[in-house]
Amino acid sequence: MFVSLLLVLLIGAIAWAGSAAGFASLFGVALPYLAAAVFVVGMIRRMVYWAKSPVPFRIPTTGGQEQSLDFIRQAKIDCPGTQAGVFARMFLEVCLFRSLFRNTEADARAGLPANSGPGSVYYSSKWLWCFALLFHYCFLLVFLRHFRFFAEPTPQWVTWLETLDGLMQIGAPRFFMTGGILLAALLFLLGRRVFNGRLRCISLVNDYFPLWLLLGIVCTGICLRYFDKTEIAMVKIFIMGVTQFSPVSAEGIAPLFFVHVALVSTLLLYFPFSKLTHMAGVFFSPTRNAANDSRRVRHINPWNPPKQYFTYAEYEDAYRDVMAEAGLPLEKEPDRPAG
Amino acid sequence: MYNAKAVIAGILVFAVLGTAPFWAGMTGKEYRSTGIIPPKDEKSCIENAEFMRAEHMRLLNEWRDEALRGENRVYAASGGKKWNISLQNTCLKCHSNHEEFCDRCHTANSVYPYCWTCHILPGESK
Repeated sequence: MFVSLLLVLLIGAIAWAGSAAGFASLFGVALPYLAAAVFVVGMIRRMVYWAKSPVPFRIPTTGGQEQSLDFIRQAKIDCPGTQAGVFARMFLEVCLFRSLFRNTEADARAGLPANSGPGSVYYSSKWLWCFALLFHYCFLLVFLRHFRFFAEPTPQWVTWLETLDGLMQIGAPRFFMTGGILLAALLFLLGRRVFNGRLRCISLVNDYFPLWLLLGIVCTGICLRYFDKTEIAMVKIFIMGVTQFSPVSAEGIAPLFFVHVALVSTLLLYFPFSKLTHMAGVFFSPTRNAANDSRRVRHINPWNPPKQYFTYAEYEDAYRDVMAEAGLPLEKEPDRPAG
Repeated sequence: MYNAKAVIAGILVFAVLGTAPFWAGMTGKEYRSTGIIPPKDEKSCIENAEFMRAEHMRLLNEWRDEALRGENRVYAASGGKKWNISLQNTCLKCHSNHEEFCDRCHTANSVYPYCWTCHILPGESK
């Protein structure tokens, strides 16, 4: 945990020092270009790699009754038998994180009345689902809001988003709720790894690093907007230079901005090689995207070698004369009668 | 590749969305300068230019609270000079052209402050 925190702080410090020392265009132009290229190409390579992997069997994780006799009711979404059911399942999974909604917690409790003593209890736990959903949607909205820096004129939908996001009209610049919720959700996702003993036991550097990295991005972003401001008109001129491939001088922009950009670039660079590929991976997950129809449809293993068939017609062609000699019945008599 | 049609469609969608900032930039106009026209007859604002560029919104917010909630109409600038806390009478005296000053940056950066829900725009009839 501390290793990954130090790593993120180190990246931030390098970006700060580098941009303060005059290498701003390195962190503001070269690094984002590299990161965007690595992100897009890396993710496409990943997806092609997954798509090339054969899935010889249907291995959906089932959460209900599979399709059976007519009078047995099927769980059409949790154990889909058709493509439509799979579509509904994938839609709910991708958009609403249904599998997290079904999350249950197991706990050992002392003094259970039913057991008249200690025993285990299972209960629905929606916290992870709630904060994961908040995190992902707020992150999406924050990303979309940034399009005000990418395009001139600012698209109208960005302004609508900002109006909704800043509906509370707190302070100036207006407080965007998604930013605050994003920070809270990330702190929860980090907190559950730190304070839940079982989870802490299975958490590795590659679990903590993206969380610290995202926290770094969110904190620098919030800082740039509310506390240690840099002039956003200059930032827009700079970013428009980057998105239009004609970079301009980074003069007059605070180093904190380049820390923000460097951390985002690190995220993009890290993305295709990390667990964050679940962004694309969820669509390739055979435990989710396959219909449970292994009893109705024949699935042929794609890496089976091609079969060497020897049909009866070919067999007869090969041994006709011998068979005729032996007096065996033939479908087609030989051209000349057997001597 | 298995399910090639769906996978290629997905990859195309990803490639377009993943590079969306560049598409947005390339399809839009250029943005090389803010194009604001500062007041001609006045050389300095109440604080220095860097501070004003970055922090004017916070200053205005504090001014609103000072004037309306704290009933304090005097602002001591860092140079020691005292200013009357008033958007209409202090700020807009010099920055009288709203379109050439405020709106140039605000519109480009999608900033729509709610100053003008209470205040009257300079030059606008009542």
